[in-house]
Amino acid sequence: MITGAQAMVKCLESEGVSVVFGYPGAAICPFYDSLTASAIRHILVRQEQNGGHSANGYARIAGKPGVCIATSGPGATNLITALATAYMDSIPVVAITGQVATDVLGRDVFQEADITGAAEPFTKHSYLVKDVNEIPRIFKEAFYIAATGRPGPVLIDVPVDIQRRELTKVFEYPRQVHIIGYKPSIKGHNLQIKKVADALFAAQKPLICVGGGAFAAGGGEMVRKLSEEYGIPAISTMMGIGVFPTNHPLYMGMLGMHGARHANQIVRQADLLMIIGARVGDRAVSSPDVISPSTTIVHIDIDPAEIGKNIGTAIPLVGDCRTVIQQLMDHCDSHTRPGDFSEWVRYTQGLRDEYKPDLEPREYGINPKSFLRRLSEKMPDNAVYVADVGQNQIWSANHINIRKGRFLTSGGMGTMGYSIPAAVGAKLADPSREVIAGCGDGSFQMQMMELATICQDKVGVKIIVFRNRKLGMVKEIQKKSYGCRYIATSLEGDPDFTVLASAYGIPSERVEIQGETGGAIERLLAAEGPYLLECVVDPEESSI
Amino acid sequence: MKHTFSVLVENRAGVLSRIAGLFARRAFNIESLAVGVTEDPAFSRVTIVAEGSDYTVEQVEKQLNKLIDVIKVRTINPAELISRELVLIKVNAGQTERSDIMNIAEIMDAKILDISRATMTLELADTSERIDLFTELLRPFAIREIARTGTVALQKGTDTISVKK
Repeated sequence: MITGAQAMVKCLESEGVSVVFGYPGAAICPFYDSLTASAIRHILVRQEQNGGHSANGYARIAGKPGVCIATSGPGATNLITALATAYMDSIPVVAITGQVATDVLGRDVFQEADITGAAEPFTKHSYLVKDVNEIPRIFKEAFYIAATGRPGPVLIDVPVDIQRRELTKVFEYPRQVHIIGYKPSIKGHNLQIKKVADALFAAQKPLICVGGGAFAAGGGEMVRKLSEEYGIPAISTMMGIGVFPTNHPLYMGMLGMHGARHANQIVRQADLLMIIGARVGDRAVSSPDVISPSTTIVHIDIDPAEIGKNIGTAIPLVGDCRTVIQQLMDHCDSHTRPGDFSEWVRYTQGLRDEYKPDLEPREYGINPKSFLRRLSEKMPDNAVYVADVGQNQIWSANHINIRKGRFLTSGGMGTMGYSIPAAVGAKLADPSREVIAGCGDGSFQMQMMELATICQDKVGVKIIVFRNRKLGMVKEIQKKSYGCRYIATSLEGDPDFTVLASAYGIPSERVEIQGETGGAIERLLAAEGPYLLECVVDPEESSI
Repeated sequence: MKHTFSVLVENRAGVLSRIAGLFARRAFNIESLAVGVTEDPAFSRVTIVAEGSDYTVEQVEKQLNKLIDVIKVRTINPAELISRELVLIKVNAGQTERSDIMNIAEIMDAKILDISRATMTLELADTSERIDLFTELLRPFAIREIARTGTVALQKGTDTISVKK
């Protein structure tokens, strides 16, 4: 009979896992030992949190769960931020952790941490394996739970003696799962579909607000179809950026606290707001008065708990957005098609086209907004851009032009240090695509150890570091709300990032004036392997 | 307003901590919680009494339903509710107080479980309100110790909250 560790590897193989991100330790050694006999590629990250982010980036591009591995105790606790990041953004991740042996569990032995307990608020579900024969069932369930319904991270904690123990039953990977308490609703309720169709028919100024749920459901195309077929303008949350190409005639930009002014104006004037796969978080809708009380709200989400949580909803519609929109359009086509919204569309387009971004050159450094517009014009159509957190995230969200590519970021959790490891995961999920990570000098230093991972595994991600020697976003808050009493936002101890990159053998350059950005972008995109571009930005540059 | 939730769960390690954690995390206040195995040993029933608005009730139900181990959640309509709590009370009872305490016990339908020279220990299984009343009646005699369970509840009539086979 095979051991638990061998069974774990066989489970991963049965799930079609080809790459995993991890960091070994004593309590997970049996599993790593079994991995030597497998074709699964292991990427050694330089800190467990980054392994979690890489699995996250991988999942978002591959469209299936990403896998990360850590040892017991500190290895496992280091994963928590990555689990929380994946949980907030509903990204399917399966995390495997080693645990101390079952006979000493609960005695506070070396490198013991109650990780299923500690990660409970940040996981969709978790397992502590106590019987080696349960491994196939648990892995099958974990992958199923992570990827279906509202996706999310699932943790499997495996004590080291369970990994060593032999199964007493023949290994068989289950084909199906039987979980009584877990049956996500995919299809929308017909009565609710009819109500939405009626509301759409009655509407004069409808608006779609799409979120990350559209990607989770593989429903981006359906959302666009709904918008195009009936001529409904659309806005997105930060997580929904890329569902519509930035230049789509019906796309009006990102809403919210850091969103486009015209997008927020349009929300206020719509008489029907169709929220699709978005949880209406406080960054998107900071206060209820952003939406007019007379606006009818339709909320389409696979998670019933999101409906009515942050915003009052007139018509809830629970289901997978791809399926539900298909049902809705079938209903409209066979009953009453919505009216003509062209006047409303022209009005929204007028508001959008009035907006003139500030692309002027700066006296000091480069203008990050015009830089990002220029970069995205030159990027291949299907490029993946990963934004970090801070001012760089807002610049990127509002100025990166997405065509057939993706915009990835930590939307809900706002985790600094996300971009580079997530970009590594994205690149390994699809090596044919250009993957660019954009971060600030603050967030870069939370993840710069991953330059070693990039070198070791020859992952050709491109990195842009916006350097202003400040924690720009916090400094902006201190400027606006704390009387310019700046504290703990200066990064004067920063190294020269180009020299740091060369220490890893990564080609790099610095650009300090606007006129030089064109050539720098060309060299960045032309590089075969990884490349680091440091962009000097004025510390007074604002987020919006 | 007080609400009684009947929650059917898989009888597994960690389920109770998941439920308790969820209430704490979402800032829902638990008044009482009782858990025990059901007619099928694979499942347990958790009865939770909690205070909250209609919004809270809806969120509690939805968030509980998201837990994988939770099979079914039902808020029991107060008109349909049959509920009981159990209390054990040890009260000071010298010779002079004994008959008064026995009187109260008889009126309230409580049992006397133990008697010593200085104390009596009584048992009452009743609704939460009647147990509050019983406790108040005994308070003048100086209560030494109280042990009280959470509410357990079922619905009236033939309807059940059970696993569909």
